[in-house]
Amino acid sequence: MRKNGFARHALIETLHTVQSSFGYLDDDSIRFVAQSLHVPLSQAYGVATFYHYFTLKPPGKHTITVCAGTACYIKGADKLIAAAERRLCIKQGQTTPDGQVSLMVARCVGACSRAPVALCDGQVAGEVTEEQMLEQLERWKAE
Amino acid sequence: MTIEELEQIAKNVKQENEKYDYEINVCMDLACASQGADKLKDALVKAAEAGAKKVLVRRTGCMGPCSHGPLVRVDTRVDPEPRLYRRVNASHADAIVTSLGGAPVPDLRSNLDEHFDKQVRVVLENAGYIDPEKIDDYIARDGYKALLTVLTEMTPNGVVHRITESGLRGRGGGGYPTGLKWGTVAKAAGDLKYVVCNGDEGDPGAFMDRSVMEGDPHRVIEGMAIAAYAVGASKGFIYVRAEYPVAVSRLTTALREARRHGLLGNNICNTPFNFDVEIRLGAGAFVCGEETALIASIEGRRGTPKPRPPYPASSGLWGKPTLINNVETYANIAPIVRNGGKWFFNMGSERSKGTKVFALTGKIANTGLVEVPMGIKLREIIEEIGGGVPDGHTFKAVQTGGPSGGCIPADMLDVGVSYDALLKMGSIMGSGGMIVMDDTSCMVNVARFFIEFCMTESCGKCIPCRAGTAQMFTLLSRICDGTGTMDDLALLEDLCSTVKETSLCGLGQTAPNPVLSTLKYFRNEYIEHIVHKRCPAGVCNMQAAQSEIQSEVMA
Repeated sequence: MRKNGFARHALIETLHTVQSSFGYLDDDSIRFVAQSLHVPLSQAYGVATFYHYFTLKPPGKHTITVCAGTACYIKGADKLIAAAERRLCIKQGQTTPDGQVSLMVARCVGACSRAPVALCDGQVAGEVTEEQMLEQLERWKAE
Repeated sequence: MTIEELEQIAKNVKQENEKYDYEINVCMDLACASQGADKLKDALVKAAEAGAKKVLVRRTGCMGPCSHGPLVRVDTRVDPEPRLYRRVNASHADAIVTSLGGAPVPDLRSNLDEHFDKQVRVVLENAGYIDPEKIDDYIARDGYKALLTVLTEMTPNGVVHRITESGLRGRGGGGYPTGLKWGTVAKAAGDLKYVVCNGDEGDPGAFMDRSVMEGDPHRVIEGMAIAAYAVGASKGFIYVRAEYPVAVSRLTTALREARRHGLLGNNICNTPFNFDVEIRLGAGAFVCGEETALIASIEGRRGTPKPRPPYPASSGLWGKPTLINNVETYANIAPIVRNGGKWFFNMGSERSKGTKVFALTGKIANTGLVEVPMGIKLREIIEEIGGGVPDGHTFKAVQTGGPSGGCIPADMLDVGVSYDALLKMGSIMGSGGMIVMDDTSCMVNVARFFIEFCMTESCGKCIPCRAGTAQMFTLLSRICDGTGTMDDLALLEDLCSTVKETSLCGLGQTAPNPVLSTLKYFRNEYIEHIVHKRCPAGVCNMQAAQSEIQSEVMA
């Protein structure tokens, strides 16, 4: 906040900083940010829920993000997502009950030339096959 | 910083480079980096240090044909012909360094002449030649020369005139004449004006803006500074998607370097011109690519669009006149100023000038970034530059313009690419994503994919878009499941025109395009789904519908 001079228009930047430090935005942090920047709580909460990038739930220990951009979709990203959902027994956007793995779907990470793309804990992997992805999930599950 | 100082830096870099006999450029763009380009670079540096030859190993931005990555280009001063190696990994490093001065490594040679021959590189001229984090590399390739020329030799009006003369049109998709936009902002009253760079590349399947911001960030900054001088602004914002962390860090470094060299800040080049740029992060909302929504987002609010007019040119950021251009538009500015408007005007087709960068993806042999002159035939891009559809499949359609664009069928491939021609075919230029589909893609399913995208990305402010896209999605899902009827199809067409005509912003107005264009060119696929309950491409799962028919027959 100090970096942006406590400017009200730096709300999104501030929320980004909070999320990258804590992994998600909880009620307390949104309240704190709103108060410090003199922004109505409704606006802070509105911004936090409007943008897909912000999450209000704590993420799992590991996160697999499957890109569902057009190029990835054409190359079978939907099958990857379905396979991951079956394996983890959760829907996209959820975390396994043991808190090990979160399954996320991204709009496009910009690596379309290597579609389908998945991010394993932020690491970009291109031309992912179902077997590769399930193997990775098994490794995480076993930890 | 003066022109002389700039030239001195360029000279120093050239002298420094001349100490080396060989240059090994390693592409470290996202696609190559995801295949181990960083390890490769370390291995090359090690191998070069161990060897006796004078070798410079440099990391660069995207070289283009990403599907052949990781890519390495070797330039020698003796041999003018560069060597491009494909699918290189760390274990090849020794072989590459040993081969310098001798015959090229045979296994790694790429045969991509056809891929490069038809391309004209303006925006991507530095891609693959400079280290994106070194301002000196950019200056050595004529960087910031245009800015200093403008500041010392041209009037703001002169700059606007030159851009108008070039015929450059907005590269974000709309194709609004850039010179006209600059002129409007320049004439707008008020002391405080803003320049905004739209780097919210939300269109899934397009990544040229990311590549430019990551591979040549100074080019964007220089373009913005020239724009600011032309319109009389002193403050700029670059709005970047949070999904592009590398772009953000490269831009941050570039801004710091530019400030250090006195190319941003107060009294640039000892003139009264002040300009500085701040980076603003998006947070994953497609609608923020729309200019009024983008402004709301920079102001720290929810990214919902506003009715226009007033246009941002008269009332934008905090109610002040604001110039908003796309990354690629700004990237075109410096070359236009350097080479003159006529030079640019002479490239391209009748009403679309210059070149355009396309992100070629999908079912095509050479995926990656290509830059071609406007007016080039789609067939040339796909078959010659792109290398055609691989694995013996046949070409079905090419999708341009992302969720706002349309699908172009095989029999229209001989049309030249321009804003107007694409519009006439029911698609749009868009930001430049080009996704090739073969006979394994179901067009109804593709239309449903885009409508689902627009449905989830709709900001919810106006009803036609919020409710219309949801209804269209339901109808398309029914058709895909095999439970649709011909009445559904009629209703779908009706809805398309309603959403198109009554939505508030560009997202809603263009959301029906994928449906309309597939209905226009691939209507038979819809009919197959509805009447015969079968999906010609074998994508849609129609078991439910088929078992229903069977039980009816049995009864």
